Amino acid sequence: MNFRRILLIATPYAWLVALFLVPFLIVFKISLSHYAISIPPYSPVFDISAGWEGFKTFLSKLDFDNYRFLSGDDLYWKAYLSSLQIAAISTIITLVVAYPIAYGMAQANDEWRPTLMMLVILPFWTSFLIRVYSWIGILSNEGFLNQILLGLGVIDTPLAIMNTNTAVYIGIVYTYLPFMVLPIYATLEKMDGSLIEAAEDLGCTRISAFWLVTLPLSKPGVIAGCFLVFIPALGEFVIPSLLGGSQTLMIGKVLWEEFFSNRDWPVASAVAVILLVLLIIPIILFQRNEQKQREANQ
Amino acid sequence: MNRRFSWFNATSLTLGFAFLYLPMLILITYSFNESKLVTVWAGFSTKWYGELIHNEAFLDAAVVTLKVAVMSSTFATLLGTMAAYVLIRGGRFYGRTLFSGMIYAPLVMPDVITGLSLLLLFISIGLDRGIGTIVLAHTTFSMCYVSVVVSSRLATFDQSLEEAALDLGCTPFDAFRSVTLPIIAPAVISGWLLAFTLSLDDLVIASFAAGPSATTLPMKIFSSVRLGVSPEINALSTIMISIVTVGVITASLISKRSIVKQRAEEQKAVRN
Repeated sequence: MNFRRILLIATPYAWLVALFLVPFLIVFKISLSHYAISIPPYSPVFDISAGWEGFKTFLSKLDFDNYRFLSGDDLYWKAYLSSLQIAAISTIITLVVAYPIAYGMAQANDEWRPTLMMLVILPFWTSFLIRVYSWIGILSNEGFLNQILLGLGVIDTPLAIMNTNTAVYIGIVYTYLPFMVLPIYATLEKMDGSLIEAAEDLGCTRISAFWLVTLPLSKPGVIAGCFLVFIPALGEFVIPSLLGGSQTLMIGKVLWEEFFSNRDWPVASAVAVILLVLLIIPIILFQRNEQKQREANQ
Repeated sequence: MNRRFSWFNATSLTLGFAFLYLPMLILITYSFNESKLVTVWAGFSTKWYGELIHNEAFLDAAVVTLKVAVMSSTFATLLGTMAAYVLIRGGRFYGRTLFSGMIYAPLVMPDVITGLSLLLLFISIGLDRGIGTIVLAHTTFSMCYVSVVVSSRLATFDQSLEEAALDLGCTPFDAFRSVTLPIIAPAVISGWLLAFTLSLDDLVIASFAAGPSATTLPMKIFSSVRLGVSPEINALSTIMISIVTVGVITASLISKRSIVKQRAEEQKAVRN
């Protein structure tokens, strides 16, 4: 072990411990504290000069009151459940929208595919906030969509889509679409075309060959895409706060409001800890899927 | 895959790309609208761009955002490249599992949690919030993206090249500089660009990490669009979309040319 190697490992390591791991421990600690009207607005505050005795009294003052408060209040239960529901439904819609696009890209000829690929990636580099914002002008009561529909005489009164959960679904599907298209396209593109020919030679119609061969083979891409949409959608803040209404409950928004509007830091921290717990299962499943993919490729 | 491009494929691609691009095209069109009412078309005008240029608050926010993005993406590229090298070439060391966990976790962490935790850290160590704390926050999450991009490149290239350099008497640092770095350079550059874009784009983490003294462009945009559509924001969005589009197209042309060049050289090498 020479000095350079230690320095090389220690620099990024120390950075991540200080700015990623320690902050989490602080969140966890504050989630066990009490709300107090001061800065910082919570107690007890750990005082290092009090030594071991001070540490013991500090520990004895921590408790699970915030979690008891969260489980006792309907609002938080509903927010967690509705986040799960919104994330799950929008993941399914995204899959349905994305699959034909990925399939079409994989069927296109070699000259077209780099361009199609770039067209899918380009929105990803464009500001997320702007892409969400662009829907406000389309979905609002006097917006583009309503004007077209009213102009065509399809509807008599404007559709109230803005500030509803429907708008949130549209926003999530729109912004996360590339995350679903790309992994599905990657698996479809690698697929051996002779398999389809074999299925058709053996009497499959084109549609049944798709169901029996193409779809099962693209499963790893579908799973990866679903997690890539579901995991960030669960903690989403920007989309529900810009497109959703007052009745749209999502946990990212609740956390933001607890922190910035109610200034209740201990409750905000407890909300964050529970959101993290909710995310652990999908994250582990996602990692396992990736691991399996890597092993299959080797 | 056998390619039989059907009507179904053509339709789904057309509809799909229309869905992806129409909202942005509508936004761009309305940025040239004369009327303050965003929904009524009153003729072509560039007056909102003029108003935008004279809006001090937006200009200040843009300057803050660019400063933060340049600094944080540079730090993130340095730290992320180091982290990737440690992960792929570092061998075994104490706490390796924790290290790789800390590299991958921020990629799936909701912004609200990252932001909240960093803010609580800054407050408990008594750090004054401002541009500096936003840079710290952005560096932390973008270095993880950089290290994923760089480590996938490191993992695929032939390690014997480095070993050869070491055998020929290079110090490990020289070997890294003259052999490894030129090979991973494209990944390092795309890592920097990714970190830069992530920083430009971030609203949530910056809102937590910024004190009252610093406002980034996304924070400014967010607070004005909360009240609804504004033509100035449409103009600003159009400018940002154009910059990104030009950047992405240029980058893809450059990489296409380098691939063509590489292929030509390979063919030449085969012929010789």
